[in-house]
Amino acid sequence: MEVYLDNSATTRVLPEAAELMNQIMCVEYGNPSSLHMKGVMAEQYMRYAKETFAKLLKVNEKEIYFTSGGTESDNMALIGGALANRRRGNRLITTRIEHPAVLQPMRYLESLGFNVTYLPVDKSGRISLEDLEAAMTHDTVLVSIMHTNNEIGSIQPIAEAGALIKRMNPDTLFHVDAVQGFGKALIYPKKAGIDLLSISGHKIHGPKGVGVLYVGDKVKLQPIIYGGGQQFNLRSGTENVPGAAGMAKAAELLYAHYNEDIVHLARCKSRLIRGLQKMEGIRINALVPDFPDGEHTAPHIVSVSVSGVRSEVLLHALEEKGIYVSAGSACSARRPQPSATLRALGVENWALESTIRLSFSVYTTEEEIDYTLRTMYDKIPILRKYAGK
Amino acid sequence: MFSAFLIKYAEIGVKGKNRYLFEEALVHQIKSALRKCEGEFEIRRTQGRIYVEAAGEFDYDETVESLCRVFGISSICPVVYVEDEGFEKLCDTVVGFLRDVYPERNKSFKVNARRARKNYPKSSMEINADLGEAILNAFPGMRVDVRNPEIMLNVEIREKIYIYSLEIPGPGGMPVGTGGKAMLLLSGGIDSPVAGYMIAKRGVKIDAVYFHAPPYTSERAKQKVIDLARIVSRYTGPVYLHVINFTDIQLYIHEKCPHEELTIVMRRYMMRIAEHIAKETECLGLITGESIGQVASQTMSSLAATNEVCSLPVYRPLIGFDKKEIIELAQKIGSYETSILPYEDCCTIFVAKHPVTKPNLNVIRRHERNLEEKIGDLFKTAIENDELIIVE
Repeated sequence: MEVYLDNSATTRVLPEAAELMNQIMCVEYGNPSSLHMKGVMAEQYMRYAKETFAKLLKVNEKEIYFTSGGTESDNMALIGGALANRRRGNRLITTRIEHPAVLQPMRYLESLGFNVTYLPVDKSGRISLEDLEAAMTHDTVLVSIMHTNNEIGSIQPIAEAGALIKRMNPDTLFHVDAVQGFGKALIYPKKAGIDLLSISGHKIHGPKGVGVLYVGDKVKLQPIIYGGGQQFNLRSGTENVPGAAGMAKAAELLYAHYNEDIVHLARCKSRLIRGLQKMEGIRINALVPDFPDGEHTAPHIVSVSVSGVRSEVLLHALEEKGIYVSAGSACSARRPQPSATLRALGVENWALESTIRLSFSVYTTEEEIDYTLRTMYDKIPILRKYAGK
Repeated sequence: MFSAFLIKYAEIGVKGKNRYLFEEALVHQIKSALRKCEGEFEIRRTQGRIYVEAAGEFDYDETVESLCRVFGISSICPVVYVEDEGFEKLCDTVVGFLRDVYPERNKSFKVNARRARKNYPKSSMEINADLGEAILNAFPGMRVDVRNPEIMLNVEIREKIYIYSLEIPGPGGMPVGTGGKAMLLLSGGIDSPVAGYMIAKRGVKIDAVYFHAPPYTSERAKQKVIDLARIVSRYTGPVYLHVINFTDIQLYIHEKCPHEELTIVMRRYMMRIAEHIAKETECLGLITGESIGQVASQTMSSLAATNEVCSLPVYRPLIGFDKKEIIELAQKIGSYETSILPYEDCCTIFVAKHPVTKPNLNVIRRHERNLEEKIGDLFKTAIENDELIIVE
């Protein structure tokens, strides 16, 4: 039995998306910039992709840009936004649990002289609006807060944060990394005060190497890639037509049965959590108090610490039974860099080395959850006996 | 410009009646090293020299790099060779050669002519003098220095005429295959590939064994070892890599022996298995990357404890090296970047907090008796499931 529970790393491409991409790569392979018919056909696909995301996000299609993925979207938003609006100030705000695609551009901006405030999170992995309010100043250029955390599945109060930011300083840009949240929650930038929003194709059953950056029409960005002037000079480079169209197709189909899917994912999650809680020495991370089944967190991510077992060993033991999960953070090392997110949560030292992440998709079944639980019941006592301290 | 290489070899020269064996082995190693290079090459052995001649277009840098990995070569001279079209033509060629290779044109030089073809109209001395004159006429900034020249310009008159002056140092050592074969315990760390390299340099063919412990070590750790074996194979030719699943033995030792002695007992079993495979595959010794005192299992007492389980000699070429020296060698042979990739190997995953540094042999032997019940079967299973990967 193969059970893929690493959907926060990447997802299986929907067959409809793959078919569309195949058609575009092998038959309608034109360059959207070409003047002839082949180019016009390709441009139609780009238009389809833009319209799709514009509709799903309830924004204008002129506000949709295509990038090479979540990392580029984040870089373009943060570096492009900070540099273009530098005269407004040099303060930036983000959280301690952002993805490296946000944290590293922030480090880069620090090296250019910006001051960055990193907001702490509580045990459930959420920032407090009071902290955000206290950090906001008249010279804050940009605030970046992720929608859903990739490691622990905590969800930030985005709409409230957006309202707060805009109330305190309407000029401050608000960027949201929605790479894990898009498709798992309904996000409408205009209603939530969001100026910039990052989406990745391969986390939503689309292809790798493509992403979206929503850029509100009044937002000024400086390009970070220069060249032929495609996409209104903001993001040069021949458009990735099959990628954009395939990603749009995947997003369209996901939204078509959004409601059932979310219910299904949440059911899988609570089933897994309840099953895990039956074991000794187990802790589910980032649960919201009073919601032991994982409500108000991402429906597709479970972070669990298993005392006395190193995450990498548990990962490989599950792998032997066909179950694919992720170690607490993507890099597993001889001297593991303890996950910054888990540290920000304030977990104990043992949990830093002993946390795995299970993440679901619409393809995940309850049988697979039960099989995973049975395997963990079998394996964990044995692993504890040998690799324990 | 260059179209051939003169290969010089040092130590082979002193071997007596075996000499042809060494030369043949060297030619064989050169051939297989060049097989992966662009272009066709002809290798000729004449009068105590080996010439590699390119039959057409070839990539000079790639070829030199490959030759620099062939043990037994002490130096490589890039050669220009021309047909004999009279002495005047030769003067032009030599002047052109110097112009291309030494654009500064202000060096001291000496012409060193050799006539293998004795019917050439000039004697060696005359060639030296006349070519020297032609050079001085062409480049007034150059001067002759017969004692300590900056450029030693060699001109060999054979069927064709060979001109060379550069001498690129080779790796030295002896051609792989002339010294028998040995089994390298390859761990994925920094030391063992270097140890393999050093023994191979003395002409020894290398096989390797890796102990894999899934799920405690990952597929990526195994892939890393295969990559390291591939790096070693660039010097040694194909490496037969035996992958042994060690998990059950390791768990059994963990269950039955005190944890401070875990590493020593484990290493004793690794040596036993390695020796078993070595004997079956006609290896004449084992190779490890151990260095005295580097870790608890490499103290003198620990080495004695792991050494006593095998009867084959164990070669430890790094025994007196500091870590820093080993790292420098690893960087030189190109294995360092791969070695430091962070994947667990089975030595690091089960380490006790305070492993013994002075194991008592009698105590170790007594504890190994705890394993008697199952270890024979586990040993057999491990060897039967040996996965052989030919890495090249």
